[in-house]
Amino acid sequence: MSSIHIDPLEKKWIWAVGTIVVLTWIVQLYYAIADSIHPPSNVEVIDSAKLHMTEEFAEKNLGVKKEEDGSYTVTMVAARYGFYPPMIEVPVDTKVKLRIASFDVLHGLHVPGSNMATMVVPGYVSEVTTAFTKTGDFPMICNEFCGLGHDYMYAKVRVLAKQ
Amino acid sequence: MSMTAQLSTASGVNHVDADIKASGNSLGIWAMRVAFIALVVGLPMGFFQAAERSGLFPWLESTAVYFASTTTHGVLLAFVLTTFFTMGFGYHTMAHSINKKAFFGWIGFWVSLVGTLIAAVPMLTGAASVLYTFYPPEMAHPAFYVGATLLVVGSWFWVADMLIGFTQWKRENPGKPVPLVMFAIAINALMWGWTSLGVASEVLFQLIPVSLGLMETLDPGLARTLFSWTLHAIVYFWLIPAYIVMYTIMPKEAGGRLFSDEMARIAFVMLFIFSVPIGFHHLYLDPMQAAGWKLLHMFGTFMVAIPTFITGFTVIASLEIAGRLRGGKGLFGWIMALDWKNPVVLAGMLSLLMLTAGGWGGVINASYSMDVMVHNTQWVTGHFHLIFGGTTVIMYLAGAYWLWPKITGHALYSKTLAVWQLWLYAVGMVVLTGPWHALGLAGQPRRVSSTPYNQFPEVVASWGTYELLMVIGASMIVVSGFMFIYNLCKTASSKIAASEAEAKVEYAQAIHPPVRVPRLLNSFTFWNWAMFAYMIISYGYPILQFAFIGTPGVIPWGY
Repeated sequence: MSSIHIDPLEKKWIWAVGTIVVLTWIVQLYYAIADSIHPPSNVEVIDSAKLHMTEEFAEKNLGVKKEEDGSYTVTMVAARYGFYPPMIEVPVDTKVKLRIASFDVLHGLHVPGSNMATMVVPGYVSEVTTAFTKTGDFPMICNEFCGLGHDYMYAKVRVLAKQ
Repeated sequence: MSMTAQLSTASGVNHVDADIKASGNSLGIWAMRVAFIALVVGLPMGFFQAAERSGLFPWLESTAVYFASTTTHGVLLAFVLTTFFTMGFGYHTMAHSINKKAFFGWIGFWVSLVGTLIAAVPMLTGAASVLYTFYPPEMAHPAFYVGATLLVVGSWFWVADMLIGFTQWKRENPGKPVPLVMFAIAINALMWGWTSLGVASEVLFQLIPVSLGLMETLDPGLARTLFSWTLHAIVYFWLIPAYIVMYTIMPKEAGGRLFSDEMARIAFVMLFIFSVPIGFHHLYLDPMQAAGWKLLHMFGTFMVAIPTFITGFTVIASLEIAGRLRGGKGLFGWIMALDWKNPVVLAGMLSLLMLTAGGWGGVINASYSMDVMVHNTQWVTGHFHLIFGGTTVIMYLAGAYWLWPKITGHALYSKTLAVWQLWLYAVGMVVLTGPWHALGLAGQPRRVSSTPYNQFPEVVASWGTYELLMVIGASMIVVSGFMFIYNLCKTASSKIAASEAEAKVEYAQAIHPPVRVPRLLNSFTFWNWAMFAYMIISYGYPILQFAFIGTPGVIPWGY
């Protein structure tokens, strides 16, 4: 019968590491469920070549809309090399839902210091919901290589004080 | 620890037939020569990128050159250096540990080399600036994809070679444990087989047909999902040879014993199982996969902590044995007693330090909810340079210092130079990646050639202080890379014969050399089926969904 030697100290070590792994699982699971923190994952397809022919992503319908429940919906298009519209204004500490689609290639967006971040994959609509906690002007930066003009792709988010 | 009684017996030197030795040495050194040429070409590109994007040298700035350089740097270091090093190390290991000759041998080497050269042309001429992660629907020249595919196909011959040798040896030695070093390299080969299927499917069924105009559109969601299949496990394909050096070479070089042969096997088996089916932590912010699948992959991602910490424990315990045998006393006294002038020992210590730092950073990236703060920022670049450049490649360098005298028969040109080189490399890596972590937290994106966000001067100004450090760190790494190559070249052309100890290939012996090990730690059959089942669970539906969610095709674009 073959046996394996595990040093008693190493056994304790493995138990400790196993406990840490389980704790990290529990913490992440807790926040995912209790605070409903999920990454953008809406699995919604769209024809990137025909964005302008859809109702939602037609140029005249892009921008910020206030919903009846007081929250805001922002509709944007990512296309080489900008986000459209190039500036959005939303109030602080208010639920903001961003829906964005790519007109051409892969893009990504991130507003540093906030949870506003998602990949923008052509063929799919990305949806991310957050609330900005500070007022001021913030960059919304394209953070995925989208071509040789990628460096210049950014927009402005203006977070206003609540009226 | 009462191990003195066993220490005098057993040796890690195996009988090797002359022709097998010649074949393993020759394949080994040629594959490693290619690997280190890739290193020495790729490192200055990294330095250029650091200098270019720092904004400190306006005359240097060129977006087109930057992204061609980034693509080439990534392919050379992440694909060419790693694949060729691992192939060479594997051929050498198979000859010296189980006395087996490669069946395909040079076929794999040449297919991979020709592939590399084919891919190099569009990369260097700026016709393939899609980064080494490909990024469809942006399309590169078809030669880039064909060349990259051949590089992988060549490595499949190596995978077959490792598994054939492993299986033959087991048949001839029923019931005996396969030597740990061969067990580990063979499970890495099997894992690479599984790993490479994802990117191979993407390239063969999507990128090559579209780049040749045979298909009009593709689904970038599917492409990204397939790439994620490869993207994390490939990191373990790179890392496992580094761990093999730590487990099977470093304890011997340090003058001690491997603390536990069985725990090493358990660690490698766990690295295998938890490598491939967990790639979705690269897709947390992607819209085409549902949250539940991401959560499932998160659970598996964190499991890798267990083999990592087992490795930390076993390797450090092995070093402690060596330190105490060399007269080290007290809780930490053994650390100072270690042979810090031995390149393998030094590299191992530095590697473990960088693994610890890089690993904690990785916990943030892998976190289901925290990744969003650092996704695609310089934090990620800092993380993987610490784990790959720091932890992994430094062990390749140590492995080369160990191997060159054995294969060439010449004494290492300068051990002192090697020690200085490793220190410079590690310090450079810390100086490079520390600021990147800070820049990432401050929101600086990765994969930009400049930061012209001039509507936000205060944001850009907050990044400025770190830019200079990044350039200094990168320059230290480049200099150390040249020191490394110089030392190897001087060794090869040296007239001084290696000492007997230097020329002998001897693997570390465990405190309890295994007489028999459980089947599960000596055979891959069960684990291979387990991987199959785990892959069906974690990638089955997420790939199948593309057959019915009806993504409209996306047309290819240039860049």
